[in-house]
Amino acid sequence: MTEISPTDMLSAEQQAGTSQFLTFKLGAEEYGIDILKVQEIRSWEPVTTIPNTPDYVLGVVNLRGTIVPVMDLRRRFQLEQAEFHTTTVIIVVKIENEGHLRTVGMVADAVSEVYNVVGDAISETPDIGGAINVEFIRGLTTIDEKMIILLEIDALVNAGLLAELPSSP
Amino acid sequence: MALDLNMSQFHDIFFEESIENLEVMEANLLSLDIARPEPEVINTVFRAAHSIKGGAGTFGFSDIADFTHVVETCFDEVREQKRALTRLMVDAVLESVDCLRYMIAQSKSGQDIDKDKVAGIRQKLIALPAATQSEATQQPTPSWHIYFHPHDYFLKTGNDPYRLFRELAELGEMQISGQLDRLPPLQGMDPELCYLSWHIQFSADVARGDIEEMFEWVDEDCELHIELGGERRQHADRRAGGRTGGRRADDMQLPTSAASGGQLPGQESNSIRVNTEKVDNLVNLVGELVITVSMLSRFASTNRRPVDREKLKQSVEQLERNTRDLQEQTLNIRMLPIDFVFQRLPRLVHDLSRSLGKQVELKLSGNATEIDKTVLEKIGDPLVHLIRNALDHGIETPAEREAAGKEKVGVIALESYHEGGNIVVQIRDDGAGIDPEAIRRKAIEKDLINVSDELTESQIHNLIFLPGFSTANEISGVSGRGVGADVVRSNIVELGGNVKVASQKGIGTTFSLYLPLTLAIMDGQLIRVGEDIFVISLLSIIESTQIDSSLVSAVAGKYEVYRYRDGYIPVIRLHEVFGVQGANTALDDGLLVIMDAGRRIGLLVDDILGQQQVVIKSLRTNFRQIESLAGATILGDGTVAMIIDLPGLLEFWLAENESANTPSAAAEIST
Repeated sequence: MTEISPTDMLSAEQQAGTSQFLTFKLGAEEYGIDILKVQEIRSWEPVTTIPNTPDYVLGVVNLRGTIVPVMDLRRRFQLEQAEFHTTTVIIVVKIENEGHLRTVGMVADAVSEVYNVVGDAISETPDIGGAINVEFIRGLTTIDEKMIILLEIDALVNAGLLAELPSSP
Repeated sequence: MALDLNMSQFHDIFFEESIENLEVMEANLLSLDIARPEPEVINTVFRAAHSIKGGAGTFGFSDIADFTHVVETCFDEVREQKRALTRLMVDAVLESVDCLRYMIAQSKSGQDIDKDKVAGIRQKLIALPAATQSEATQQPTPSWHIYFHPHDYFLKTGNDPYRLFRELAELGEMQISGQLDRLPPLQGMDPELCYLSWHIQFSADVARGDIEEMFEWVDEDCELHIELGGERRQHADRRAGGRTGGRRADDMQLPTSAASGGQLPGQESNSIRVNTEKVDNLVNLVGELVITVSMLSRFASTNRRPVDREKLKQSVEQLERNTRDLQEQTLNIRMLPIDFVFQRLPRLVHDLSRSLGKQVELKLSGNATEIDKTVLEKIGDPLVHLIRNALDHGIETPAEREAAGKEKVGVIALESYHEGGNIVVQIRDDGAGIDPEAIRRKAIEKDLINVSDELTESQIHNLIFLPGFSTANEISGVSGRGVGADVVRSNIVELGGNVKVASQKGIGTTFSLYLPLTLAIMDGQLIRVGEDIFVISLLSIIESTQIDSSLVSAVAGKYEVYRYRDGYIPVIRLHEVFGVQGANTALDDGLLVIMDAGRRIGLLVDDILGQQQVVIKSLRTNFRQIESLAGATILGDGTVAMIIDLPGLLEFWLAENESANTPSAAAEIST
């Protein structure tokens, strides 16, 4: 349960075009999200399912009295399923939707690192098709020889979770 | 910026107070005895109009101020006995109360006021035949409009606008509204400059020259327009607007949109006035709670000797009690007297009985019964509908009543009281009652029942709640315009309540609305389906029973119905609808909960668990509305359980049945 206060992050580097990204793993792939969106990271706990929602909406959890929906990123990206175990985490993010801040949890295999990424180091995403729409990806970057996919988290959550979708997947 | 925000706060207060004042006016107007009006009542109406006018003038709502002025003048004359009260006048003033409501609503939402509409009603008021007691004193005083806009340096010349106004006031009655739009932020303000301008509504028996004379000394240092009569208003507004219009609009919009940041904009008012006693109670309770918590933490840090354990237990008990009280008090803050809805009804009865040519006395009791604000806002329409219904179909004409040996004046009694954990609102009339034969014929005609069906009288009465059943013999313009009792019922059921009807032909009809005390908390019944726990409203449960599968028949192979009492009710298998894995699917092993979801349905569940009060949390806060769910709640062990919305569930189930005629439908849902 790491609380990250946004004010701590407003360093001089930030002003110089550097952003900090929290990265997490889904299988062999590593994804990054803007750390300012992250509210906290919780270990995996069982959820209460919500009937008649897409399969990647795992359900809801009780976050200190608030009902928070939890999205399975593996299913969202149509990756193969993994067992939930001790390193499985729920990354709780705050995203903007229709003028409101909404709190949403995302299940990832494990959290990895926090990286500083300079704006220039982010390259454009080639159109690859598939389950991840290009508009959900801010860009790609390389750190220590590995590629990190930087997600546009607001767009991803808005389109997958909060927008009306057909009730059967 | 700070100034703007404050102004908007004041605007809201003005709107709220004006609406309250209008209610006061309306209630008093309705209670007026035209022949022998009580001076105190006349005074109350006058004072209410006066404070609306004053407020409107202060905050620059000159349209409202102007209009109210006419109403006020009217009552002022009655007050001073220059004029006799007439039925025509009361009706016209009632109409202008409605008009003012409209004007306030428009101003509040920043929309334009339909000037023609307002002018029409205003004209009606002015044109009222002057049934004066002393004709001579009744002479219309000319009304002047003065726009006074001093130049910036006005104050430096040693002139004082206030002095001018004081002198004007000696000549006649006036209403001043200041234009604040040129006012700069405080830090940019030069105290020696004059930023203000004024619209003055001046009623005095003077010539133009007299007014001009007043301003003679400052003629060079200001912009001055003096006009007589009606057309000048738009003119002056255009002048003022031409210079500052755009900015002014911004000033009005900005604070409201900023203030509503976290909330959905809605028509319902977002503030409530709370009795200070309730707040004091809450403050005391929080104090108690803090003390208990500190006691607990002290014990928790000391060694656990047996004697301490006993104290710890006591402290925990106290904490539980305090927490429960605190919750109760907190909910109490949202409670308002039902009178807020009842207030609207005398006017309705007054207008309707006149237009229908019936004589009706409305008796209200239990006005102080408190109910949650959200429930309160939603029962207004159903109540209005039931009252209309009682007047239109229930109460007979005076002639019919006399023929039936009843009092000429019919009675509609409205009563509210607590019963168990609910609020009951009863609407009772002593009218013609429901004719069971007529209802039966109509239901057969509409294919709602079969000719051979044997129904008890109360079953027949309940037929009126079926969709597609309208009791009106003909469209009467009052009720029965296609909106029937079914809408009333579905509105109440949506709130988690219920409606019952009892009637005796020739004696009268009683509708009873059973309402939950609050929407934030619900008496829940926990049920289990597979591993999942759901909550259903305890209030909607008719009974729960072991299923005798021989009473279940299938329709079209899929749609199951259960023979219950005298009819068939659909069986909804919750595990199928919700796609729950590992649930019991055999009818004989499950339980059937028979519920009222607007109509009777049976829910197939695995088990019935405990009953508890649950706090309803919206799924929309962080997710979205799910059809068939009313929200979620947190159970004692910290896990989340879904709360089923019965009417939604029924609708969802019907839609599923319609779209999926294939037996694989269930499998599709559960993937």
